Amino acid sequence: MNARAQQLLSLADDELILGWRDSEWTGIAPTLEEDVAFSSIAQNEIGHARALYELAAQELGTNADALAFDRAPDEYRCAPLVELHLLEWAHTIARRYLYEEADRVRIAALMRSDDAELAGLAAKIDREETYHRLHAELWAARLRDEPRFRSAVEELWPYALGVLDPELRDELARRVGLEVVPAKERGKHTPALAELWDEMTEVRRSIPGAQW
Amino acid sequence: MFRQERKGQPFTHAGSIEAPDAAFADAWAREQYGRRGESEALWLVPRDAVHQVTEWADEFDLKYRRVDGYSIKSRLKEARERAGTATSEPG
Repeated sequence: MNARAQQLLSLADDELILGWRDSEWTGIAPTLEEDVAFSSIAQNEIGHARALYELAAQELGTNADALAFDRAPDEYRCAPLVELHLLEWAHTIARRYLYEEADRVRIAALMRSDDAELAGLAAKIDREETYHRLHAELWAARLRDEPRFRSAVEELWPYALGVLDPELRDELARRVGLEVVPAKERGKHTPALAELWDEMTEVRRSIPGAQW
Repeated sequence: MFRQERKGQPFTHAGSIEAPDAAFADAWAREQYGRRGESEALWLVPRDAVHQVTEWADEFDLKYRRVDGYSIKSRLKEARERAGTATSEPG
C-alpha cells in the first residue's frame, strides 16, 4: 500500500472509530441538549470518514464500505486515543477536546498539501469542524479548573500526541499548554479496538457482500 | 428558541434549550435545529426576556365584536372605492 493510501486510511479510521465511540453516548449524555449535539458531531465524524475512505478506495480499487468494515482489526490505522472505551463524561469530553485540537493542527497541514484532492477535502471538513471546535472549546473552558477534567486531560495527553505526525506535535503542545512527552503511537492497538471491531462489523460479517 | 424555516417566513417557537450560558445555547441550538439544513435562521431569546401576558379583562359579553360569518372582503372593497382609497389591496 502506498503512502497516500496509508495516510488516508489513518485519517479515515480515526474519524470512524471516534465517531463510533462518541455515538455510544446517544441517549445517555448528561443533558438532552448535549445528547443531541454530541450525537450530531459523532455522525459528522463518520461522514468525514466516509469521504476519506472514498478517496482511499479510488487509490486501492475498492469501496468505502469494504475499507470501513472488511479489514481485520490489525489492519486499522487509527490512533490509540480514539479506541479507548471511556464511558465517563470527564474523560470523554477531554478526549473530544484533545482530538479537536490535534485534528485542527492536522487539517491545517493537509490544507497546505500539494495533493489538491486531499487539500480540497480537508478544507471541506474544516468548515464543519469549526462547529465541533466551538463545542469542544466551550466545554474545555468551562471545566478548566475542574480536577476530574484536568486529570483526564493529563492522562490522555500521550494518546493525543499519537494522533499527529511528530513534526506537528510542538504546535499541539503549544495550543493545549502542555509539554511534549513520549506518545502512544499509532500502529499498536489497545485491547478496546478488538471489542469495538467485533460490534461494528457484526452485521457486515453475518451477511458478506450485503448492500443497503 | 425560535426558528425560521425559509427566508421571509415568520419565526415560530420551536422549543427550548436549557443551557448554562448564551455560548452553550448557541452550540446546542445549532446542532439541534440546524444540522439537517432545516432552518434559515434561529432566534435564541433568554427566558427572562420574554414578557408573558395571560390575564384578560373580559367582564362583558362582547360577542358583537366577533366577525364570524360576515364576508368582509367585498364590503371593504366597496367601502374603499367609495372612499377613493382602493389603489392597493392590503396583503
